[in-house]
Amino acid sequence: MKAVETVEAPEVVEHPLESLLRMDRIPHIWCSTCGIGTVLTSFAEAVKKVEFPLEKICVVSGIGCSGRIAGYVKLDSFHSTHGRAIPFATGLKLANPELKVVVFSGDGDIVGIGGNHLIHAARRNMDIVVLCINNFVYAMTGGQVAATTPLTANTSTSPYGNFEQPFSLPHLAASCGAVYVARWTALDVRRLAKSMTEALNKKGFSFIEIICPCSTIYARRNKLGTGLDLMKFYHDNSVIKHGADTRELDIEFQKKIIVGKFIDRERPTFLDAHNDWMKQKLKDKFIPHGGPQC
Amino acid sequence: MPSGTDGKFWRKPLDYDKLEIPHGEIHIIKERCKGCGFCVEYCPRDVLELSTEFNTKGYHPPQVVKGEACVHCGLCEMLCPEFAIFVTEKPKEEVKKVES
Amino acid sequence: MKADPKGVLTGAHYLDGDHACSEGAIAAGCRFLAGYPITPSTEVAERVAERFPHVGGIFIQMEDEMASMAAVVGAAWGGVKSMTVTSGPGFSLMMENIGLAAMMETPCVVINVQRGGPSTGLPTLPGQADMMQARWGSHGDYEIIALSPNSPQECFEVVIKAFNLSEKYRVPVLVMADECVGHMTEKVVIPEADEIELYPRRYTKLPPREYLPFKPGKDLIPEMVKAGDGYKIHITGLTHDEKGYPAMSWEAQEKLVRRLVEKIRLHADELVDVEEMEMEDAQVVIFSYGISSRVSIPAIQKARKEGIKVGLLRPIIVWPFPEKKVRELAKKIKAFVVVEMNYGQMYYEVERCAGGNCKTILVPHGGGWVHDPEDIYKAIKEAVK
Repeated sequence: MKAVETVEAPEVVEHPLESLLRMDRIPHIWCSTCGIGTVLTSFAEAVKKVEFPLEKICVVSGIGCSGRIAGYVKLDSFHSTHGRAIPFATGLKLANPELKVVVFSGDGDIVGIGGNHLIHAARRNMDIVVLCINNFVYAMTGGQVAATTPLTANTSTSPYGNFEQPFSLPHLAASCGAVYVARWTALDVRRLAKSMTEALNKKGFSFIEIICPCSTIYARRNKLGTGLDLMKFYHDNSVIKHGADTRELDIEFQKKIIVGKFIDRERPTFLDAHNDWMKQKLKDKFIPHGGPQC
Repeated sequence: MPSGTDGKFWRKPLDYDKLEIPHGEIHIIKERCKGCGFCVEYCPRDVLELSTEFNTKGYHPPQVVKGEACVHCGLCEMLCPEFAIFVTEKPKEEVKKVES
Repeated sequence: MKADPKGVLTGAHYLDGDHACSEGAIAAGCRFLAGYPITPSTEVAERVAERFPHVGGIFIQMEDEMASMAAVVGAAWGGVKSMTVTSGPGFSLMMENIGLAAMMETPCVVINVQRGGPSTGLPTLPGQADMMQARWGSHGDYEIIALSPNSPQECFEVVIKAFNLSEKYRVPVLVMADECVGHMTEKVVIPEADEIELYPRRYTKLPPREYLPFKPGKDLIPEMVKAGDGYKIHITGLTHDEKGYPAMSWEAQEKLVRRLVEKIRLHADELVDVEEMEMEDAQVVIFSYGISSRVSIPAIQKARKEGIKVGLLRPIIVWPFPEKKVRELAKKIKAFVVVEMNYGQMYYEVERCAGGNCKTILVPHGGGWVHDPEDIYKAIKEAVK
């Protein structure tokens, strides 16, 4: 490497996303070459382009590496119990329908222990955005097998390789009635940010699966290198197929990953359906829930 | 003629003379870097390389090796998981100074 | 502040305990209920589902009890008074998120209409065997407040009290009813809205720059905000500092847990609510709550006719336990007779506080039906021997 002068500005200039981050907690806890930080950057970019004030955005997360995102965004954020981010978000949204509630959590949290809540919130078309960061393992606790771990992958509780069939998250969300379903990798920073903005501006249950490298655990245990090597893998092996049939989106171990926006449809949200129905049944006697009341 | 055009065109675009290629100034917050290498790998103009120096965490932060090639695409800023690198638009006067 | 007249069904009604709980909640200003059906508490949710669209509330039947409690906590942070209802098996499921509510210092109310246990037990029959679980159910050190009504009228009043206490102390409050009280129909008089006193949520007046989510006031309780007001709070179930940020050190743990526990313990004197019957000259005191306290009355009357000086001490706030009251009484009386529909739960608290100064006798019952007043009478006779 030749020695060169680094081009540095004379005065101290702030990183453009610092206003959206809790800078007093940076550096964050994620490992070197972990993709969650990149996903957070995409989210911060996405949030800059939404059509409503930032005070109204709430981030709810569960437990896990991805769940720690709530602690780093400078928005009203709630770090709730394992798997219960979606019902927490449901309560938050119904109490104050003006809020834009984003559930930002990991695959183990949302699809494992939180699976029941995912399918019901999608069925009801709760007006929340679920950003599911999928690194194929329960990373925070040391890399145990998850409902999304590809067949044959090595994890700490499948030391001889995983023999269970994983979920296909877009298929799950779509069949439960989500109105916006997309999958991107952490490398697709701009497409992901755009997709997040679309989901944030859309009414109804939106679900974005974000394939993310886990260097210290998933990559290391499966001898896949570092997070950078996983990013290179995504670069070479992800294929964009907007509108693909969600039945064909299974992820096999180190094989092609299909990304894109698969579902974008309209359906009345829980609250709209509730209010319209009650108005129809009770006419003048119906008083809609107007928001915070104490 | 805009600088930094080392690509060959089969046919010159009609607005070629009006084309203004942006230039970026890269700011690296070395202490935040965890040496992941995303920015180095994915810069489309190969502006960055990992340096040999260490930050206090023991990682090698990136360094700019081809600053004049930076076109302010912002990919390094978006890819960095640590918020340790970002690009600002270089004012046009400074760009001309570098050319001359 | 006074109750919203829109939600108060002023007048005399013939209601069962469950329905009285619903009316109490609506009168108290509750406008969010997330629940899951479980006998014998379902009627509370059913009545609320019918009434809420008329008063601007929102009812959602969630997919399970864990989701219900999580939604209740979320809704409280969204700025409404929220509650859920359940019974034994559901109560067990809600424990993790009750702990979350305690850790996040979230005002909310959980009604447990107790039934026979353990496990599926006797769904349609009474029990009082969740009393210790109410106090210690979730893991870790925390304190909650629990109340126990013994009539539909009291159900109405106790639920309002529960909401007020939850707002004052920023703590989840449990209403420990039982299936008998829940399913018995009696006259319930609901007063005018302006006769119902409500404790307003302790929202801060500080600007976002100065506000710290968990900085306690002099009474050890921090001021609250709700999401969406620009305070940009971070609220976590992890051990946290005053800013709300996770703090993984023993010092932070000590500071936080001590405050969570002391904010109730140091106010124990204000949190005493007991009913005393024929206590002026009592030598034997029946300690009972819920339906068991009503069943004790014929036994007391029979014993009194024979000249035995027996009275009834009925705690309405069961947790924190009325320690001082029991300690003082123990020095003056001969015996406590604890009548409860379990194999000894509040009994151990009575025994502990009596400190050997008087006898403590338990009249246990497996649940499924109320005590036979004869058994209570026999225990009173035993006590005066």
